[in-house]
Amino acid sequence: MIERVFAIITRRSILQTAAGGLLMAGGGLLRPARAGLPSGAIESEMLDALPGKQPLLKHSFRPPNYETPVGSFNDAITPNDRFFVRWHLAHIPEVDAASWRLNVAGDATERPFALTFEQLKQEFEPVELVAVCQCAGNRRGFCDPHVAGVEWGDGAVGNARWKGARLKDILARAGLKQEAVEVAFNGADGPLLEATPDFIKSLPVWKAIDDNTLVAYEMNGAPLPHWNGFPARIVVPGWAATYWVKQLISISALAQPFKGYWMNSAYRVPKGKFPTVDRFLSQESETTTPITEIDVNSLIANISEGQRFRSGASIEIRGIAWDPGYGIGRVEVSLDGGSSWQSAALGPDLGRFSFRTWQLAFTPQRKGDMTIMPRAINAMGIAQTEAWIANPAGYHNNVIQRIGIRVA
Amino acid sequence: MHERIDVKIVVSSVASLLMVASAIAAAADESRIQLKDDPEAATVRAACSVCHSSDYIEMNSRFLKRAGWEAEVNKMIKVMGAPIPESEVPRIVDYLTRNYGVE
Repeated sequence: MIERVFAIITRRSILQTAAGGLLMAGGGLLRPARAGLPSGAIESEMLDALPGKQPLLKHSFRPPNYETPVGSFNDAITPNDRFFVRWHLAHIPEVDAASWRLNVAGDATERPFALTFEQLKQEFEPVELVAVCQCAGNRRGFCDPHVAGVEWGDGAVGNARWKGARLKDILARAGLKQEAVEVAFNGADGPLLEATPDFIKSLPVWKAIDDNTLVAYEMNGAPLPHWNGFPARIVVPGWAATYWVKQLISISALAQPFKGYWMNSAYRVPKGKFPTVDRFLSQESETTTPITEIDVNSLIANISEGQRFRSGASIEIRGIAWDPGYGIGRVEVSLDGGSSWQSAALGPDLGRFSFRTWQLAFTPQRKGDMTIMPRAINAMGIAQTEAWIANPAGYHNNVIQRIGIRVA
Repeated sequence: MHERIDVKIVVSSVASLLMVASAIAAAADESRIQLKDDPEAATVRAACSVCHSSDYIEMNSRFLKRAGWEAEVNKMIKVMGAPIPESEVPRIVDYLTRNYGVE
């Protein structure tokens, strides 16, 4: 409801409000669900609309990092104009589809070639799938103790129907050599300084040739928004969005592990601490491994911290659940701060990589404060964690959400 | 793998760095962000806003100790290639700790 109120305020008035200090920390009244973020993150964030986007929660202007307000997750599909925006480097050119080329090369290809946008769409079998795109750092802002980085709340995640060509079909045209170990991806974006490492990511070959790994050119039936990687991006269902390279311009099959800051130093987690199935062996070190899969997770989408209800009147709790692609087994909700749990009803299954909506209705009989919590368990029996498993970069935060409500 | 669709902005002098930073700032609404007032605020703005808006600093407050801010500044220099003179580092770290850190 709060988001709806904000959505009708013009950008100008939002900024004036921010300048006037009404969105400062003391204004927690306005966005109480942000409690738990660093105080400076609450003070500096604001609703702001990038060109072509609805107002999103701005964390940084340059490079742009904007998260989706939680109210947008009442539906399984996240609209393109509300989809979160995450860039590492500030040089983000407007890409012209007509002159765009996708270079497919590398020392582990037999026949390097380049594709036009029309060729990408016409010459490869189109595939559609629904998949969650989640920043590795989603919910970093709630990590206790806090970790430096973009201080995301719950909204560095979205779910879309992606349409594109299978990466393996594109690699097959180039002729993948036996010795290929990784496939690296670069986008048209880049740093402002020559000395800053360009954002280049790689996947192990086995994941690159997975049937579900795509070079996507449509998102929810429309071209990708500029801010989400127009004209094409990598889609790696089940894996963190760090691999979903935007504004894709080059694909390189490599006979050696890719060396670069964004693989060797960034986006890594301690080995053996997380219930992750997929490993990225060619990039593992003695102590750390690249993040691979996202976590089983869930969110309440329609109720805000501190919201008031009337006793004796029915309350419907709605939300989403997701996991790396094993499928959601069940979602349970606690109405008593975690002492007891009951099963929520699951919504339609849009595929194993998709958000799964869920709902639970109940009628509070007593007045007072309640803590409601959702907990997802996937088909492998893996549940969300009760406490954050600490790691230096603030990843894998799938701690069970707690929302306090008041029944009066 | 270093193709670029259009030309990167390559800057080499402090003067041009500031020009680029202010041009981008104006375009991105980020000029509305005010770093906390302090004699070193201008130094910090000049050093950091070459590559990113100043909200990166504020959103990471207040939880870093001096060592945490020092690590961030050193990462920007050593990893991200920020052209910050060695002599400015203690002043920048002091400013960040004083205004955006915890003791």
